[in-house]
Amino acid sequence: METRNLTCINCPMGCALTIEMENGEVTSVSGNTCPRGDAYGRKEVTNPTRIVTSTVRVKDGEADMVSVKTAQDIPKGKIFDCVRALKGVEVQAPIHIGDVIISNVAGTGVDIVATRNVER
Amino acid sequence: MKNYDIVIIGGGPAGLAAAVSARQSGIDSILILERDKELGGILNQCIHNGFGLHTFKEELTGPEYAQRFIVQAKELDIEYRLNTMVLEVGADKVVTAMNREDGLFLIQAKAVILAMGCRERPRGALNIPGYRPAGIYSAGTAQRLVNMDGYMPGREVVILGSGDIGLIMARRMTLEGAKVKVVAELMPYSGGLKRNIVQCLDDYGIPLKLSHTVVDIKGKERVEGVTLAQVDEKNKPIPGTEEYYACDTLLLSVGLIPENEISRGMGVVMNPVTSGPRVNESLETNLEGVFACGNVLHVHDLVDFVSEEAAAAGRNAAAYVKSGKDGASDAKTPVVAAKNAVDKDTREEMAQQDTGAGSEQEIELVATGGVRYTVPCTIRTSHMEDELKVRFRVGSVYQNCFVSVYFDDERVIHRKKMVFAPAEMEEVKLTKEQILRYPELRRITFRIEE
Ligand SMILES: Cc1cc2nc3c(=O)[nH]c(=O)nc-3n(C[C@H](O)[C@H](O)[C@H](O)COP(=O)(O)OP(=O)(O)OC[C@H]3O[C@@H](n4cnc5c(N)ncnc54)[C@H](O)[C@@H]3O)c2cc1C
Ligand code: SF4
Repeated sequence: METRNLTCINCPMGCALTIEMENGEVTSVSGNTCPRGDAYGRKEVTNPTRIVTSTVRVKDGEADMVSVKTAQDIPKGKIFDCVRALKGVEVQAPIHIGDVIISNVAGTGVDIVATRNVER
Repeated sequence: MKNYDIVIIGGGPAGLAAAVSARQSGIDSILILERDKELGGILNQCIHNGFGLHTFKEELTGPEYAQRFIVQAKELDIEYRLNTMVLEVGADKVVTAMNREDGLFLIQAKAVILAMGCRERPRGALNIPGYRPAGIYSAGTAQRLVNMDGYMPGREVVILGSGDIGLIMARRMTLEGAKVKVVAELMPYSGGLKRNIVQCLDDYGIPLKLSHTVVDIKGKERVEGVTLAQVDEKNKPIPGTEEYYACDTLLLSVGLIPENEISRGMGVVMNPVTSGPRVNESLETNLEGVFACGNVLHVHDLVDFVSEEAAAAGRNAAAYVKSGKDGASDAKTPVVAAKNAVDKDTREEMAQQDTGAGSEQEIELVATGGVRYTVPCTIRTSHMEDELKVRFRVGSVYQNCFVSVYFDDERVIHRKKMVFAPAEMEEVKLTKEQILRYPELRRITFRIEE
């Protein structure tokens, strides 16, 4: 049996989780205050994912940069591929929250979307 | 001179939420004054996600969270002025502000809400020996440079202080191609949220050295490297533990302090622990009709709590204006603390108690035994909503301990928690009903117990 101690990061409570595993299968999660902690614990030891946030340059906008994020979380191992795909990207103002900046980033099936409005 | 019922200083999340709730409480004449070129405050540079889980049940980035409140404020037609710096507020609630179009101008407010946020501790206060070469930035400045200006301050980075901004910037600069070598923290515990340690340092294998500080900075023109050393219990560097790190950038993330020059200038009494105003249950300062909320009141790590607190300040300011206590209208109407939160009976009771205004004794909130401070500092039961959230921070890390609340000498709350940490704000709910059961109550004490 294997035990892993993690911190749930789904909310700032930061509950200390204890995850019991047997042959790569999760047998129990404890320490969580809500069901999201249970789900997070199971996922984190089997298939960890993250939301990635960054910025890209804007042409002709009221601001020089627009902040962006992955619309859903992507596999942790793909973070750097995702950031690399954003290098050198420049978009034309106006940009609005939710506009797709790159679709299917780094083959993850997830889009990069804008997280702020930049008018012309 | 223009007149407004409520003038709000600062258009960050606190100012916006206060404005929205004051309008929803029936006040039409509201003005937000913001010195920046846009609303949203510090959130505009916080492009990472993790905002709003409590408020919106989804995880937003800073700009997205701000936008939700900006949209609400605009839908409610709340008046605001950008690029407008408030210079001074008089005890008579005359606000002196300045901008390019109008120059210097004065506004008479019936109620003022302080929502100026906080700023980073200046590096002068850090007492790091050596030259002052280029390449030393506060973490927040670096955040602004990278996220708003698209400029990378350096390639090889050491971070002093484990405050949240420093942790967030460790990840941000790593993703932008920099090598973050180490984060050093003077205290034996982190100053940042757990999840930031996990997601910003652990994920990228960035070491966090607790009980460490910078003892030397190498480089005259530009930083070339820094020397870290371990410190003892008295925070004195321990000889022989020095370690040298070559780097071109040193980020300082050593904490935030509420921005209270204006408040001090008007005679608001401060709590030395928080560097924010002392407030009562209505988040009202010692000056009647002057309220405070958000980071100017005490530094928050969670914007959701800022919004919640600010909404209460907005409601209370609205109630104050309606009460006519500001002297502008007849002081006959009783104070209604929150129109949706009081039933008829309590309202009558409040009206009665209010006739003896001033004579009511305040209940004092005392922070001791590991609890560093509480917000609020005092409670007037007549003005209390049905439920009051008392927020506080602890002074060090406590495991498997209880937070205890004493009504005078009687312990009425004793709640166990696995971990209490200075980085995380705690809260305890008190109900009006509970407090009214103790008519002689003078003192509510908060402490951490084994
Ligand atoms: C780097 C960083 C990371 C954070 N990360 C998170 C996170 O991941 N999740 C989370 O939930 N919370 C996070 N927070 C906390 C949250 O963002 C803050 O608590 C919140 O922004 C505070 O809101 P505020 O309105 O009190 O202050 P601010 O956002 O600072 O707004 C204050 C406003 O007042 C204006 N102002 C000040 N003085 C004057 C004056 N004299 N005249 C006119 N205007 C003035 C300022 O320009 C500013 O716009 C973070 C905070 C920081 C600093
Ligand atoms: S278990 Fe629930 S309450 Fe605890 S940190 Fe995770 S999401 Fe937050």
